[in-house]
Parts: sequence; C-alpha cells; structure tokens
Amino acid sequence: MADQTLDAKGLNCPLPILKAKKALTALAPGATLEVLATDPGAVKDFAAFSRTTGHELIEQSVEGNVYRFVLKRKA
Amino acid sequence: MSESSGTKSMSIIVTKGSLDWAYPPFILSTTAAAMGLNVTLFFTFYGLSLLLKDLDLKMTPLGNPAMKMPMMGGHVGMPNFASMIPGVDAGATVMMQNMMKKKGVASIPELRELALESEVRMIACQMTMDLFEYTLDDMIPGIELGGAATYIEVATQSEINLFI
Repeated sequence: MADQTLDAKGLNCPLPILKAKKALTALAPGATLEVLATDPGAVKDFAAFSRTTGHELIEQSVEGNVYRFVLKRKA
Repeated sequence: MSESSGTKSMSIIVTKGSLDWAYPPFILSTTAAAMGLNVTLFFTFYGLSLLLKDLDLKMTPLGNPAMKMPMMGGHVGMPNFASMIPGVDAGATVMMQNMMKKKGVASIPELRELALESEVRMIACQMTMDLFEYTLDDMIPGIELGGAATYIEVATQSEINLFI
C-alpha cells in the first residue's frame, strides 16, 4: 500500500504530473504516492518525470483504462 | 538560473495571446517547474494579454486551415470567409472551451495560477507594455518588467530557450 493516493482519472496532460508533483512535495522523503490516471500519455510522462526528478517509479500497472503508478519521494 | 549545481533552466518567449496559443507556454512552464527546472517566461507583443487580470481569451479559425474540429465522427474545417460572419469566432471559442473541459484539459487561468504557485518567473516586455499602453495595474501581481537584455541574460543561463 502506498502512503497516499492521488486520483488523476479524467485529467489530461499535464495535470496528472502537476498534481503528482504537488502531492510528492507534501510527503516525507521515502514515502510513496500512488497515482491513478486515464491519460495514456501518462505512461511515458511519468517515466520521464521520474528520470528527471529522481522520484523513483517503483510500480506501474494498468487495469482496464486506468493506469496506476507508484512513485517514491526522493530522499 | 543554474547557479545551484545541477539545476537546469528553461526560458520561453511568449508572443501569442489567443486561447489555443496560450497553452504551449503554460503547459511547458508548469511541467518544467514540476520537474525541478527554473523557468522564466518573457511575454511580449500579443503574449502580454496572457498576463492581464481579466483574461478574455479568444481564438479564430481565420488563416488556419489546420484547425479542424471533431464533428459527427469526422473533422470539419472552416473556410476563411466564415470568420467574417459575426459570432463565428465566438462560437469556435466556446466550442474549443467545451471540448477542453470534456477532455479534462486544464483551463488557462488554472495553468497560470499553477505557474505562479510553482514560482515560474514572469517578465513583461517593457517596450510592448508602453506600445499597447498597459500598466502593471492591468496585470496579475507577481510579474516583473524587463527588456531584451534582461531576457538575453536569462537565455545565456538556460539550457532550453524556446520561442512561442
């Protein structure tokens, strides 16, 4: 279980990333954030976001049309 | 700027102020800020209208043959003369806004607010402010005035410099 969940379903680029960043900032270092999104572009974008910021993408899955990402706030 | 080690910077010259063209600078600046970059937007000419307190963004299909709206399963463009008919541009604007809302696309006021929140630096071009007779009172708080040299200094310190 992630420490916090962000429901970004129905939101389009760049809102899932912007909201995820906001949520990550409020977390303690090492804490995890689960993001649920329906924007297919989020798959590549969260990977790029993770590589650039250092917030690790530790899990990724898809169920139906919902994409699930788990990010770990960098220390 | 990139004085702190490892922090990258981006600048964008923003020259357009219609509803559609307002998106690229605000999307890129908010995303870059979220990814840890220092971002500066330099607003000049029609881009200045994106800084007005009262945003009244409009768009027109005039002179834009690539603007085709999804309609009844297809895509429909509009001939140039249609823009001369009163109400057509207003209709196209409303249609675009509705489409964006339906697809979960952020509004420009929302993105602008997020940009300010994430400390995107916004510079209004002094010369075009004077030219179009705008004052800082017309603009949202938190912006600054500057000229070409101010922008060039920012650009020399940025890895990414865009013109929109």
